[in-house]
Amino acid sequence: MDWQGQKLAEQLMQILLLIAAVVAFVVGYTTASFRTMMLIYAGGVGVTTLITIPNWPFFNRHPLKWLDPSEAEKHPKPEVVVSSKKKSSKK
Amino acid sequence: MHSFGYRANALLTFAITILAFICAIASFSDNFSNQTPSAQIQILNINWFQKQPHGNDEVSLTLNITADLQSLFTWNTKQVFAFVAAEYKTSKNSLNQVSLWDAIIPEKEQAKFWIQISNKYRFIDQGHNLRGKDFNLTLHWHVMPKTGKMFADKIVMSGYRLPNAYR
Repeated sequence: MDWQGQKLAEQLMQILLLIAAVVAFVVGYTTASFRTMMLIYAGGVGVTTLITIPNWPFFNRHPLKWLDPSEAEKHPKPEVVVSSKKKSSKK
Repeated sequence: MHSFGYRANALLTFAITILAFICAIASFSDNFSNQTPSAQIQILNINWFQKQPHGNDEVSLTLNITADLQSLFTWNTKQVFAFVAAEYKTSKNSLNQVSLWDAIIPEKEQAKFWIQISNKYRFIDQGHNLRGKDFNLTLHWHVMPKTGKMFADKIVMSGYRLPNAYR
C-alpha cells in the first residue's frame, strides 16, 4: 500500500463507519428495534473491514519512484566529519 | 495505515468508539418518550389476620391488580420489574415497606395486565402494629434499558385499612 493508498484507506474507513452508524441509528429508531440497529451497524463494520483492510490494487496506484543506484552514486552523501572534530576538541 | 495489523487496529478502535456513541444516543433518546403508566389495586378479601406465636402480626390478602405499563417500554427497554409494596407508618419507623407481589415484564404486550392473586410474599409486621392500620399500596417499577441508566418510579395508592381485630 502506497502513501496515497494509506490516506484513502483511512478516510474510507472513517466515512463508511460514520455512514453505517447514522443509517443504523435512523433505521433502528424509526422501526423501534434495537436489534435492527445493531445488525445494520455490524454489517457496516463488516463491509468496511472488507474494503479497507486487505491490500487491494486500488490502494497501489501511486508507487514511489526511487532514484537509480547509478544516479545516487553521482551525488554522494555528505560526510559527517565536522561534528566528530567538535567533540574531540571539547575534550 | 501501512500494514494489515495497523489498519485492523484502527478500524476496530474507531468502530467501537462509534458503537459507544450510538448506544449513548439511544439511551438519551429515551428521555423523549411520553410515559403515562396507570394502576389500580383493590383488596378483594382479607383471608386471615393473626398474631404469630412470637408476637408479629401477619395478614393474608387477596389483591386485584390492574396496570398498564406499556408506555414505559421504548425501543431501548429490555424489561421492566414491577412490585407492589404495602407502605405504612409506625411509631418506631416513619416508613415500613413490605413487598407483597412482584413480576418481571419482558415484553410490551405483557405490560397491560390484570391479575387476581393472594400476596406472593408474606405480609408480616415487625411488631403488632397492623390492627386498624391505614396503609398505602404502592406499585413500584424499575425500567431496565438495553443501554444506559436504569430508572425507577412508582404510583402510590392510598386509603386502605386493615381491620381492628384479628380474624
